Amino acid sequence: MQVTEKKHAQEAHDDHGHGHELAHHFVSVEQQHDAGNLGMWMFLTTEVLFFGGLFAAYTIYRYKFEKVFEQASNILDPMLGAINTIVLIFSSVTMAFAVRSAQQGKSKAIVAWLGATIVFGALFLGIKYGEWKHDAHLHVFPTSDFNWTWAREKHAEGEHGHGHDSHGPELKGFVFNSPVVPANYIESDSRNPEAKQAKLFFFLYFSMTSLHALHMIIGFGVMAVIMVYAWYGYYTPHYYVPVESVGLYWHFVDLVWIFLFPLLYLLGAHLGAGH
Amino acid sequence: MSTIITSAPALAPASKEPGQGGGVDYLNHETSIASWLLTLDHKRIGILYLVAMSAMFVLGGFYAGLIRAELITPKGDLMSSDFYNKSFTAHGVIMVFFVLIPLVPASLGNFMLPLMIGAKDVAFPRLNLISWYVYMIGAGFTLVALIGGGVDTGWTFYTPLSTTYLNSNVLLTATGLFILGFSSILTGLNFIVTIHRMRCPGMDWFRMPLFVWALYATSVIQLLGTPVIAITLALVGVERLLGVGIFDPRLGGDPILYQHLFWFYSHPAVYIMILPPLGVTNELISTFSRKPIFGYSMMAGASLAIAIFSFIVWAHHMFTSGLSPYAAMFFSLLTFSVAIPSGIKVFTWLATLFRGSISFDSPMLYAYGFIGLFTIGGMTGLFLSTLGTDIHFHDTYFVVAHFHYVMVGGAIVGFMGGLHFIWPKMFGRMYPEFLARMSAILIFVGFNLTFFPQFLVGYLGMPRRYHEYPNEFQVLNVFSTAGATVLGVGYLLPLLYLPWSVFFGEKAGRNPWGATTLDWTHTESPPTPHNFEETPVVTGEPYKYDTLFNKESALAGH
Repeated sequence: MQVTEKKHAQEAHDDHGHGHELAHHFVSVEQQHDAGNLGMWMFLTTEVLFFGGLFAAYTIYRYKFEKVFEQASNILDPMLGAINTIVLIFSSVTMAFAVRSAQQGKSKAIVAWLGATIVFGALFLGIKYGEWKHDAHLHVFPTSDFNWTWAREKHAEGEHGHGHDSHGPELKGFVFNSPVVPANYIESDSRNPEAKQAKLFFFLYFSMTSLHALHMIIGFGVMAVIMVYAWYGYYTPHYYVPVESVGLYWHFVDLVWIFLFPLLYLLGAHLGAGH
Repeated sequence: MSTIITSAPALAPASKEPGQGGGVDYLNHETSIASWLLTLDHKRIGILYLVAMSAMFVLGGFYAGLIRAELITPKGDLMSSDFYNKSFTAHGVIMVFFVLIPLVPASLGNFMLPLMIGAKDVAFPRLNLISWYVYMIGAGFTLVALIGGGVDTGWTFYTPLSTTYLNSNVLLTATGLFILGFSSILTGLNFIVTIHRMRCPGMDWFRMPLFVWALYATSVIQLLGTPVIAITLALVGVERLLGVGIFDPRLGGDPILYQHLFWFYSHPAVYIMILPPLGVTNELISTFSRKPIFGYSMMAGASLAIAIFSFIVWAHHMFTSGLSPYAAMFFSLLTFSVAIPSGIKVFTWLATLFRGSISFDSPMLYAYGFIGLFTIGGMTGLFLSTLGTDIHFHDTYFVVAHFHYVMVGGAIVGFMGGLHFIWPKMFGRMYPEFLARMSAILIFVGFNLTFFPQFLVGYLGMPRRYHEYPNEFQVLNVFSTAGATVLGVGYLLPLLYLPWSVFFGEKAGRNPWGATTLDWTHTESPPTPHNFEETPVVTGEPYKYDTLFNKESALAGH
């Protein structure tokens, strides 16, 4: 095979200045950029399949237990889900601006837009936290504490104007100090096969949304690191792969929610209140 | 960490002399333990993997020895049935997840891939090191679980057995495997990006050595399959912890769903194990018969075809699990189609050997063994993909023999061939050729003696995973255990002479095999820290052999 000599970019062995712009094993900045970008896309592919296992399980049980899944979905509040969807879409917009700022080399703007993204993300998680707290009072956490009879009854009460905090908690339950379910409810649940099916729905609901939330929290951590680097002007129009990668990641996390929202919240919306 | 890289004397003129090995290379430029544990060099990471996996292989082999010792006699006299269950589970878990799946890609692949495509390193060196640590952490969890009480589910973790009925360390083992999965994903991701983006000028797709194609196909499977097993094991863990009936029928779940999810990964995983050895074998066959591979593009396409087919045949593991007969017919048909690319590979090798100047050097002996054993393993797979015969063979020793022919006879023997081939490049030293040939022959003979009787005993109806059996199966089982002993000696030899050769072996020179790929023609043995002093520019096909091999002209790097 023929060999011709080719000079490497000098930055490769330069520890200071633009040293971070080109790692030693790349020939050019373009190659490095492409590699980083492709790596992120590949990672997102694995993420699709990671969530894919849960989506497959959801699909099968949705098909098997259609009626109960709709009733269980009806317990969730589509309005809160919709607000969260909008909040998350706004966070994607701010993220897109952050990447744009990186391309233009505006370091301080990167920090500002990423900060805005984190604020929107935190708002999302805050609303989610409120939902979960309510869910705990309804006893739909898929633990031994789960009670389908209680959940349906309290949900119907809530829909008819009684606040869900009206039933004064006498004893502390499993999560969020939720009230303890009376024995006759547990008895009624054990005779009802639909309770187990509803528990499956809520298991899928909590595992999918908490996995999604976990991804958001990891995203916050990465964004925080990037904000520090950006503050010190680490990124240039020639080197902004980390900003672009976290952008791709965030849009992916957003997209997962776009699928979760209809599957989990809108499934039983047509049943209306009180079911 | 960047100091390790930047302090590398990439411009040192001392290493310019070809084949002398006297200059600065990746082994001697830094020698502290920290320089190994914090290295970002793909070559050193490959060796870290090699050491870790060898240790796991010895441990897995130890459990195999226990199983074979128990099966000498029909009565369960050596160990309790409980301990037997834990032994075969430990053997399966260690060998499948910690040895076979990462074996060739993580060790030989890590070492060779950048050398073969003319790159200084993989695309993400830091990720590469992280993946080794992830492997070690996963191994730590699993070893604690296996040694501190053990698991008795079998390596398949079938539900509801694993979620409801067993009190052994399922959770801890599943955690270890969950972590380990990310090591596999990161390696696959790294390789795909490396192959796409790091090829040197002129190295277009159809000039890549076929091993690189095989690694590419493998990486695709790793990337797409592994996340599914990760989430599946997580679900098993959650079911055990919270008592939600995801897979337990008593709680409304579906155990068949577990099998679907498990095999959606674990069938493609078989191809993660076998594709890289198939790729290594291409290099061996071509180099040692001094001929270009017959039908290069067919061979590359066959690797990709196997990767694609691997994802649409998983349910053939479930023919007796209550699958709909129509689905079973469909999966049976699809499974037969895997035989086509596999057959292409075998015939292509035979056509390459035909009228080649074939040698009997030890790597090539392994390659001959590989072709034979892989063919037997593949052909018996057709018995199992046929719906009618599968009912008879399901869960018998016939299945055990079949997958050992593919995984051990294929993957391990292929790996051994590749290791003996690459060894002079790794360490710049030759191993004792006579001992290496002895080992190749012992492994071939021992392997057949161990596993061929298992086809027969399985055909006669002996089920797998029992530690007692009727008296009439004893003769075949004794044969099998005797073979395992020979096999053990065959594996022990390289464990002794290979480390010996690192220090005392004859100097190998740049290209002892007269191979024509970049890794041999353009790098030292052992390579310098940055592999290539100048970026090579490729102008032709990877295999340019002349049947009249001239060692001097090969060394000159024409």
